[in-house]
Amino acid sequence: MSNCNVKIKINGEVIEKEIESRWLLSDFLRDKLGLTGTHVGCEHGVCGACTILLNGEPVRSCLMLAVQADGLEVETVESLAEEDGTFHPIQQAFANNHALQCGFCTPGFLMSVKNFMETHPELPTDDEIREAISGNLCRCTGYSNIIKAVKDAYVLKC
Amino acid sequence: MKPPKFSYLRPNNLQEALDMLAEYGDDAKIMSGGQSLIPLLNMRLSTPGYIIDIGRVEELKGIKEEEDAIVIGGITRHVDVEKSALVQEKCPLLTEGIRWVGHNQIRTRGTIGGSIAHADPSAELPCILTALRGEIVMVSSEEEITVSPEEFFLSYLLTSLEPNQLIKEIRFPKIKKGSGYAFEEVARRHGDFALVEVAVVIELDDDGTIADAKIALGGANSVPFIPEAAEEFLIGKLPDDSILKEAATLQLDDLDPEGDIHGSKEYRRYLSGVLLERALNRAIDRAREGVFA
Ligand SMILES: Cc1cc2nc3c(=O)[nH]c(=O)nc-3n(C[C@H](O)[C@H](O)[C@H](O)COP(=O)(O)OP(=O)(O)OC[C@H]3O[C@@H](n4cnc5c(N)ncnc54)[C@H](O)[C@@H]3O)c2cc1C
Repeated sequence: MSNCNVKIKINGEVIEKEIESRWLLSDFLRDKLGLTGTHVGCEHGVCGACTILLNGEPVRSCLMLAVQADGLEVETVESLAEEDGTFHPIQQAFANNHALQCGFCTPGFLMSVKNFMETHPELPTDDEIREAISGNLCRCTGYSNIIKAVKDAYVLKC
Repeated sequence: MKPPKFSYLRPNNLQEALDMLAEYGDDAKIMSGGQSLIPLLNMRLSTPGYIIDIGRVEELKGIKEEEDAIVIGGITRHVDVEKSALVQEKCPLLTEGIRWVGHNQIRTRGTIGGSIAHADPSAELPCILTALRGEIVMVSSEEEITVSPEEFFLSYLLTSLEPNQLIKEIRFPKIKKGSGYAFEEVARRHGDFALVEVAVVIELDDDGTIADAKIALGGANSVPFIPEAAEEFLIGKLPDDSILKEAATLQLDDLDPEGDIHGSKEYRRYLSGVLLERALNRAIDRAREGVFA
């Protein structure tokens, strides 16, 4: 009731735990599993820093209870790089293009962009990229380099 | 910014959900996608004893076609409606408007029933449903009833839903052959709630005169507003620029938008007229092109 048992596949690993039903997925990931790559900004769905993939689709982990993810699959930013630390092409493209300064918003951008690239395999236009990242706020870059990085990620991926 | 303590209930089917509502309704909140409710919990503006998570009640999910309407289950997600070929074909006003609901990351969780039940005066779906003259089907453990948007939306965030009822499905009437439609909105940033929004469906006769006009404005009053005098004025007329301008501004004095730092009352009223004129023009162009042939 106020506690529940959940089984969630997180970054490929099945996690079974008793949790409080009021825990947000973002807090569960960060505070209970130590996956602090998912950042918590506004906690009401506006900033996008906490964006993760749920069954492959981007969602706000601050607008989900952890218990709602029971039986589902979660991917966080920690799943992107390879074991030896080699960047995922999207991360590499962000680094190459100075698409981050303070980096607080970056995990959310990376996860949104991952889903965007999977659902839009062809090189998108700038407008399509802007639309795709419109749910993620960045206060440092002015977005131009993020747009460049997304285009570059399409090149690196090939 | 963390939800208060509550007991979490997750019904597996509609009957279980209705039984839980009958038992705990007064102290319970239904949770569908959680995209409006969780912010309220995080800010402690809502502190229910029970959360009834209907997100896995399969009977409430899906998009089906009936003779006159596209019927969408209460927990169907915005993205599923946005991508539906059936909706695009039979009720494209909905496809055009739903893209304005938040961002993709909100629409992957947010649901049709949640948007309607939340009844934000600036939300897109209540405005679109009102323009279409659709219906809301509510169910409790005792009965199922169908109401019009005018009966359903009572005021700002207030609807006729009783604590033991939930929204089972929503009926969006199809857009008929010979009709055109348009949705127009101005929001401060893409993905924000509307400052003002307009949804229009226009049916033309073979000779080009307006056979029917259905209009709703959102964000201008505490509930979606139907400008009846403007609709009547349009019917039977052969539309031209001056007639559409006159129709668009006919009832601006009946609008009572809340002014705030993002836009004064006067600005929102003025904007309503501009958007309505634009929407009428686009809807009529589409009807003339016979997009719906
Ligand atoms: C950053 C952000 C931007 C947004 N922008 C917009 C926007 O531009 N336009 C817009 O329209 N919305 C916007 N929203 C709200 C979003 O669309 C929500 O998804 C929607 O309003 C509610 O749907 P939900 O399924 O998430 O409902 P929930 O949050 O689960 O529920 C909302 C309310 O409806 C009730 N409820 C839910 N389902 C039912 C049902 N089947 N029967 C009875 N009661 C029910 C709940 O008890 C609760 O009171 C935004 C949200 C966020 C976080």
